[in-house]
Amino acid sequence: MKPKVAFFDFAGCEGDQLQIANLEEDILGLLDQVEVVSFREVMKEHSDNYDIAFVEGSCTRLQDEDRLRQIRKNAKVVVAIGSCAAIGGINSLRNYKELDDVKKTVYGDSAKLFDAYAARAIDAVIPVDAYVYGCPMTKDEFLHVVKALLLGKKPDIPTYPVCVECKKNENVCAFERGQFCVGPVTRAGCNSCCVNEGTICWGCRGLVDNPNENSEKEVLIKNGLTVNDAISKFSLYFGWQERKK
Amino acid sequence: MKERELNLEVHHVTRVEGHGNIYVNVRDGIIEKCEWAIPEAPRFFEAMVVGRSYSELHHVTSRICGICSIGHTLASLKATEAAMGIKISDQDLKLRKLALHGENLQSHILHLGFLVLPDLLGVGSVIPLASSNPKEVKTVLRLHRLANEMSDLLCGRTTHPQRLIPGGFSKIPSIKELTAVREKLKGSIPDVQAVAGLIKSLAPKLPDFVRETEFIGLTSPDEYALYDGKIGSTDTSGAPVNEYLAFTNEYIVPISTAKRAKHARESYMVGALARFNLNYDKLSPMAKETAELFDFKPVCHNPFMNNIAQLVEVVNSLEDSIRLINEIEAAGLKSQPEYNNPEIKVKAGRGVGAVEVPRGILFHDYTYNDKGYCTKANCIIPTNQNHGNIELDMQSLLPKILDKSDKEIELTLEMLVRAYDPCISCSTHAIKVHFV
Repeated sequence: MKPKVAFFDFAGCEGDQLQIANLEEDILGLLDQVEVVSFREVMKEHSDNYDIAFVEGSCTRLQDEDRLRQIRKNAKVVVAIGSCAAIGGINSLRNYKELDDVKKTVYGDSAKLFDAYAARAIDAVIPVDAYVYGCPMTKDEFLHVVKALLLGKKPDIPTYPVCVECKKNENVCAFERGQFCVGPVTRAGCNSCCVNEGTICWGCRGLVDNPNENSEKEVLIKNGLTVNDAISKFSLYFGWQERKK
Repeated sequence: MKERELNLEVHHVTRVEGHGNIYVNVRDGIIEKCEWAIPEAPRFFEAMVVGRSYSELHHVTSRICGICSIGHTLASLKATEAAMGIKISDQDLKLRKLALHGENLQSHILHLGFLVLPDLLGVGSVIPLASSNPKEVKTVLRLHRLANEMSDLLCGRTTHPQRLIPGGFSKIPSIKELTAVREKLKGSIPDVQAVAGLIKSLAPKLPDFVRETEFIGLTSPDEYALYDGKIGSTDTSGAPVNEYLAFTNEYIVPISTAKRAKHARESYMVGALARFNLNYDKLSPMAKETAELFDFKPVCHNPFMNNIAQLVEVVNSLEDSIRLINEIEAAGLKSQPEYNNPEIKVKAGRGVGAVEVPRGILFHDYTYNDKGYCTKANCIIPTNQNHGNIELDMQSLLPKILDKSDKEIELTLEMLVRAYDPCISCSTHAIKVHFV
């Protein structure tokens, strides 16, 4: 029998689920291997009977925790897809500010109506079995993780920084071009896609295992950033990971 | 007829982006409640970007929405460029217009093929269609892939673009890549015609419902306005984009859930139908032919026809992309340095950027200090502007369909919501949420 899979979303842009639609013809192949029983973005049917749950988005308020726990209870395997679910992602940018101020900036006097707490990765609430990093996740890595899970294997996710891939791609280092980059502390696996496109690594895949953050901040400052700007480079995607430590 | 009783609660309407609920209460034939509510978690982008550098704002605000990340990036760049007086080259302007066409094509094809078609064919999703209608599904997938190839080429990837930066592009495609895409676009015309034919055969399933409303969108004397223009309305005269607050007039309804917008009437509509109604004359020849297939003319007040307006826009974007690539080729593609990073003279100021994204007119409004850090931001999202119109449509439609079964009513109301192609993640970046 084909394993039953379900997709769920929390606070995020749904750009990761969009990558599933972007699989194009490969979707048909995927549908040969799994049975999709819940995917609100594309189907009306819904079932709570599933083996693998893919969860997109951060947990940003208490009321979402129950829904997450229910998903954990129903599923044998929970996979966090995309940066918001896997590492807290861009949502955790707000964790650096006073929550009351954040709410007032956006909602004014009605701020008290809203339930919100520090944005966090879903493994802050429930145990997670596998991660597909990236903002958005790439189709290829998603397929790799799905295949590994179906074969009962552990997905092979790089434990080295983006610089390794970037060097292999023969990019001119951002620092040499007078730009600033967090590739040295960011988990690889994206094939340095942003630098390949002429920009910098923004850190969307989160901190690599055992990152040398102090050394990276020193490099940023040595190359001309103020201390605040160096810290701010880290706050774009690492907000929840930094707080956790 | 027995007095109608109906309690309808559709939690998290499916096949739309984000979470929205429909609440209907009918007692003794009297409609007591008919609401469109948004329980999506708010995301606070306007607060998140305060204190960030001008060089990052497009990257951050792109994350408001996965589906229209190109549009958000472009509205963001335009606001930053307006604030700092940055000009982009004519070539970059054309390339940005192509990027926007790529997104428009991708989003409209996804909506029509994956989200709307199942309703018209009486199934719950596109998944069973893969085996019952494989030819049609493959046609849709082919078109979707081509649209994504375009976005990849212009933006460096399909979702959350990389190449689009303040002042232009970090990297541009080669002329060979552009002309190759052009040939594929030309080759896709039969696919588009096949989709148009399929939708034409199913169009009688779209409810014949009319409620007069106001339509707002960008207009331009030169083209079917998407990237640039001034704000136009079917009710009033237009205005430059920096006067947008006079059009959006956001307000709060205590019993309802969302921050909404109104202008000349109780509500207005934005999106493909609004653009079609405002800018019909500027559509490409083949797009007009497609509209004629459906006897579709401006001003059309049936919100279900937004689906057909999207189809017309698919044809328009396809034809206009071919034209833009021809122009770039004729002018000769100018090369630029690798890792291009245009020098920006940072200065304090405020700028407003408006772009037509798949779901309608989008505004980003930023204020920067003299160091180039954002001190204030406001983003007004198309779906926010549509929420009020969706609910008023529901309230007008419901009495006309009360004789139908509960299931049919539910489906018709869901189809209405889907016709707007709402993008709720976007709209909750700053929505007022109140739980009923």
